[in-house]
Amino acid sequence: MSLKMDVDWKPLLLVPALALLALPLVGSPSTWLTLTVAGLAMGMIVFIIASGLTLVFGLMDVLNFGHGVFIALGAFVATSVLGAMGDWTQSQSILANLVAVLPAMVVAMLVAGAVGLAFERFIVRPVYGQHLKQILITMGGMIIGEELIKVIWGPAQIPLPLPEGLRGSWLWGDAAVEKYRVLAVVVGALVFGLLAWTLARTKIGLLIRAGVQDREMVESLGYRIRVLFVGIFVAGSALAGLGGVMWGLYQQNVIPQMGAQVNVLIFIVIIIGGLGSTTGALIGALLVGLMANYTGFVAPKVALFSNIALMVAILLWRPQGVYPVAGSR
Amino acid sequence: MNLLELQGVHTHIGAYHILHGVDLAVPKGQLTMLLGRNGAGKTTTLRTVMGLWKVAQGRIAFAGKEIGGLATPQIADLGIAYVPETMGIFADLTVKENMLLAARAARRAQDMDEARLKWIFRLFPAVEKFWNHPAGKLSGGQKQMLAVSRAIVEPRQLLIIDEPSKGLAPAIINNMIDAFAELKASGVTILLVEQNIHFAQRLGDTVAVMDNGRVVHAGTMADFSADAQLQQRLLGLSL
Repeated sequence: MSLKMDVDWKPLLLVPALALLALPLVGSPSTWLTLTVAGLAMGMIVFIIASGLTLVFGLMDVLNFGHGVFIALGAFVATSVLGAMGDWTQSQSILANLVAVLPAMVVAMLVAGAVGLAFERFIVRPVYGQHLKQILITMGGMIIGEELIKVIWGPAQIPLPLPEGLRGSWLWGDAAVEKYRVLAVVVGALVFGLLAWTLARTKIGLLIRAGVQDREMVESLGYRIRVLFVGIFVAGSALAGLGGVMWGLYQQNVIPQMGAQVNVLIFIVIIIGGLGSTTGALIGALLVGLMANYTGFVAPKVALFSNIALMVAILLWRPQGVYPVAGSR
Repeated sequence: MNLLELQGVHTHIGAYHILHGVDLAVPKGQLTMLLGRNGAGKTTTLRTVMGLWKVAQGRIAFAGKEIGGLATPQIADLGIAYVPETMGIFADLTVKENMLLAARAARRAQDMDEARLKWIFRLFPAVEKFWNHPAGKLSGGQKQMLAVSRAIVEPRQLLIIDEPSKGLAPAIINNMIDAFAELKASGVTILLVEQNIHFAQRLGDTVAVMDNGRVVHAGTMADFSADAQLQQRLLGLSL
């Protein structure tokens, strides 16, 4: 019997395999590169949003269908912050633009995190261990959240233009790669790196990984897992707020229902990844982002259900997602 | 003096009434064996003490303090370690990470009490041998050793262990018996659920036998071991 720490490489190969499989279907290498970067950018943004949700489910078995409200909240907060920093967003300097985007991200995360704290306390906590009630009440919470966003920002679509310096593309040979998409990939990679480091190298990370496997045992060791869960819920909400800013800038406009639209995608992602697995969520998000972009170009009619088909194919291969979490459940 | 005392404890699991007024005393510094047939309520009793099932009625006192209404982490904080029947090993973590989690004061592996670790490695050499390996890949006996090691990585007043010999090979059981004997000699109080009567007889100071959600016999292990008729009646054993 081998006792070495085995790394399961097969899921990691899915992303390059999908990209290579798409190359002959797309035809032109430059178009393929543009689509691939767009898919990776979309995937990274979806990962930022989904990473908190997968840990919330893994740790406390809570199905939060209201996660989308934090996405919309983050995006709307960004419209206000960036709107107030017109001089910085209209500058041609990428540095000045980033100085505007950074506080928008931070404020969006703070607001989403604070609302997440209240959401956990008043909406999620009363329904621990009751899945059906969790689905109903968190969806209800999202509807109320959307209505409150309409009260504050109005019901209409609000433009969220990219800052001047982040518009346009860089040309890599014949391929045009949008600057903002590169930024999204970099931010997503930073978030994943930070999460991976926290989970692998810190005691809090150890507790989260253990709690996802067997929360009862973690409590028996003397740790208050509910406190940890509240922290994860708040951090997950803040990350959804950050993802909302990124998604809003990606779409260049925001609507109060945007959270509900992205909700479907993020549930596909965490199911593909294996509920509770952060690395699985990253792979799921990248696959979903690439699939959406490739099929959108190659066969637009298929794009509508391509991600559902992807999820079905993955679940036929691994019924508990690409990285099933070992545990008592 | 009793370190742990249960008086008239009732526990319900969903619609089922499992414990029907359990009275149990665990003397300080001794090893108490909780015996009984399958379904007698032994595991439920341990889980109720740990706060994993709520006490519906009755009282549980630890070191003179009522703990019946406390949450599981608060009960653990008082100095009680628990090894469940499933062992509760975190399969995706390494042996080192499992131990680090149980050593609550340590932030990193280097912060763990080195002398205590050496003592544990002497009791259970497999823990040291597979220190950096994933716990999920250990054999059943090695997992049990890890589970007990985790329970003693910090000094505790009471160890509660559910069926440590279950499914283990005789050689591993003998190793376990030696380890528990040394733990007992170190002064720690132990409450052990066991089905293996030979294991129980070699280690137990006192014994409580459960049947149908109640303790139906309590006394010294020496007296219990000497009374074959009593064993036959309570456990269906013919020794």
